[in-house]
Amino acid sequence: MGEIIKVGMADLKICKSPDALTTLGLGSCVGIAVRDPVTKVGGLAHIMLPDSTRIRNNSNVPKFADTGIVELVNQLVANGASRARLVAKIAGGAQMFAFQNKTDLVRVGENNVFASKEKLKELKIPILAEDTGLNYGRTVIFYPETGDFVIKAVGKAETVI
Amino acid sequence: MSKLNLNEMSQTYYDVLKEIGNIGAGNATTALAQMLQCKVDMKVPQVKLLDFKEVGELMGGEEQIMAGIYLVVEGDINGSIMFLLEYQSARHLVSKLMGTSCEGEDFSEMGMSALKEIGNIITGAYLNSLSTLTNLKIYPSVPDLSIDMAGAILSVPAIEFGALGDKILLIQTQFTDEMDLDGYFIMIPDMESYELILTSLGITL
Repeated sequence: MGEIIKVGMADLKICKSPDALTTLGLGSCVGIAVRDPVTKVGGLAHIMLPDSTRIRNNSNVPKFADTGIVELVNQLVANGASRARLVAKIAGGAQMFAFQNKTDLVRVGENNVFASKEKLKELKIPILAEDTGLNYGRTVIFYPETGDFVIKAVGKAETVI
Repeated sequence: MSKLNLNEMSQTYYDVLKEIGNIGAGNATTALAQMLQCKVDMKVPQVKLLDFKEVGELMGGEEQIMAGIYLVVEGDINGSIMFLLEYQSARHLVSKLMGTSCEGEDFSEMGMSALKEIGNIITGAYLNSLSTLTNLKIYPSVPDLSIDMAGAILSVPAIEFGALGDKILLIQTQFTDEMDLDGYFIMIPDMESYELILTSLGITL
């Protein structure tokens, strides 16, 4: 068994099999797991906001779906992944409170999921599986060895996508 | 354009927020004591400006189960306020308020409702002191409740702060009745409201 490396909020990390990556308590944020199934290099990004171009203070690259995913791909390639073989799985983007859509950051979870998918599509990285939306938090663990993306939630059975 | 930058906050600003937190928490404690009909003590609140990743750790890890009560604030100030309570503390308060013992693991429908009301009273007391001090009109919405992992609940205010910077402003309060109850306030006014609060208190930016 390898090590499990923690990825914080607005953060991203890369690892190689047999190590794994985890991010705890994803709420409206989105966890984007990308790997190369051949070299078994994988990365996990924990993004908070959909679009860096709409925020003035946008120097924190992994905070945004657009810049975070690009950085994730660059780091994967720099660590021996093939750009053409990359595949993705995503989780998170919950709406934690029912009336959250009253604030001006309308449906932020949904927007984060949408922006992440758009960016992956633009980069031609196929999304193999997702567990997004709804109203509860998720802890995820990503194993670049198998591509397993383990999802845990309070009061729910553990699932693997 | 806003002159204020959360990452470069002055000591004066901290002190002001601390004092508002202090008075607000004092009011909240009184409200809580009346509601529970018992003596409740309070420690001096701590105001902290934290990196996102530090917040979960402060509350005992991102996977720590918490009750989060969230309200949208309108009026002269726009934004939102969140009150977080550790799960066991929440259970303790609810059982005490309802006069029943904590049976089972989950909250009943009534228990959830009671918890919302606790959050409502506590945040209301806090907002009241802010409103009185600043002479600004503040109208909170009805509360909404989420019982989940700290990280997931905190993603909501973190994202709101995320549009402003890379840190989150938190007021930690400890109440004591028979047990220590850790509560956290997170106040998220938009930038204009931040300035308005400060200028209303006679602080020049």
